Amino acid sequence: MTTETIEGTHLETEQEHGMSTRGYIVVALILAAITALEVSTYYVDFGPLFLPSLIVMMVVKFVMVVSFFMHLRFDNKIFSWLFYSGLLLAVGVYVAALSTFHFFLR
Amino acid sequence: MAETTTHDAHVSSTGLSNVKLGMWLFLGSECLLFGGLISTYMLYRGRVSDGPTPEQIYDIPFTSVSSFVLLMSSLTMVLAVSAAQKKDDRGINLWLTTTALLGATFVGGQVYEFTAFYNEGLGFSTSLFGSSFYTLTGFHGVHVTVGIIMLLALVAINKRSSVPGSKSETVEMIGLYWHFVDIVWIIIFTLVYLIPV
Repeated sequence: MTTETIEGTHLETEQEHGMSTRGYIVVALILAAITALEVSTYYVDFGPLFLPSLIVMMVVKFVMVVSFFMHLRFDNKIFSWLFYSGLLLAVGVYVAALSTFHFFLR
Repeated sequence: MAETTTHDAHVSSTGLSNVKLGMWLFLGSECLLFGGLISTYMLYRGRVSDGPTPEQIYDIPFTSVSSFVLLMSSLTMVLAVSAAQKKDDRGINLWLTTTALLGATFVGGQVYEFTAFYNEGLGFSTSLFGSSFYTLTGFHGVHVTVGIIMLLALVAINKRSSVPGSKSETVEMIGLYWHFVDIVWIIIFTLVYLIPV
């Protein structure tokens, strides 16, 4: 029985992908700052920017966690395809479902 | 017979870990589950019958602190994954335990919130708003609780393991699950709590 090491392949458990500890802390601080900004919309009148700004901040936080904390930015693209195809399918299905109830016209 | 040194990674013909492929596929399917629950809430949040409205019962400062706690648990989780990549078992156990404690704080906050809402007259069957709210946030809370159990079980298993870094892939998989629970809450916090009916 011989033992060999796979070389030239992307063994995810062995890969030193991702960021430094400092990098993770910076990302967490940015996420915390965005959360504080989100909460401020409850107290401060953002006018017509209220809804778009909340949606944009939500999407930015989502993408930052997925990209940096879940390492999708550094990982093989197959993982991105698997996750984002499920996400896009869900968004498409439920936007269509909500549209049938005239949700967006209310 | 050739034995391939992959530690605990089971590699497919693509060169990628089967376990990791399965986990990402599972998380993709979970988007459909939570998408359905969030959509149902969005449809029914205005149907309050005789019960309290969302604006009357939501405690935004309290929920904001809970959200912050869960967000910070994602940081401690990624530090656990980072420690696993360095085969630092002490670091793994420290950060996994911290993550579990932050998660337990979040769940404790949710139990408090549910109790407060119930005392203010919002039961599960009071209105369609109540049913959809408790179902959505309850499902999320169960996911966090399952995550806490997995984290603590992993700490126990890791402490008994004699090979440093032998559970690195498991730490990474539980990390993916934990971050997913966090991103679901990012969406719930905005759509459910911050955007008024």
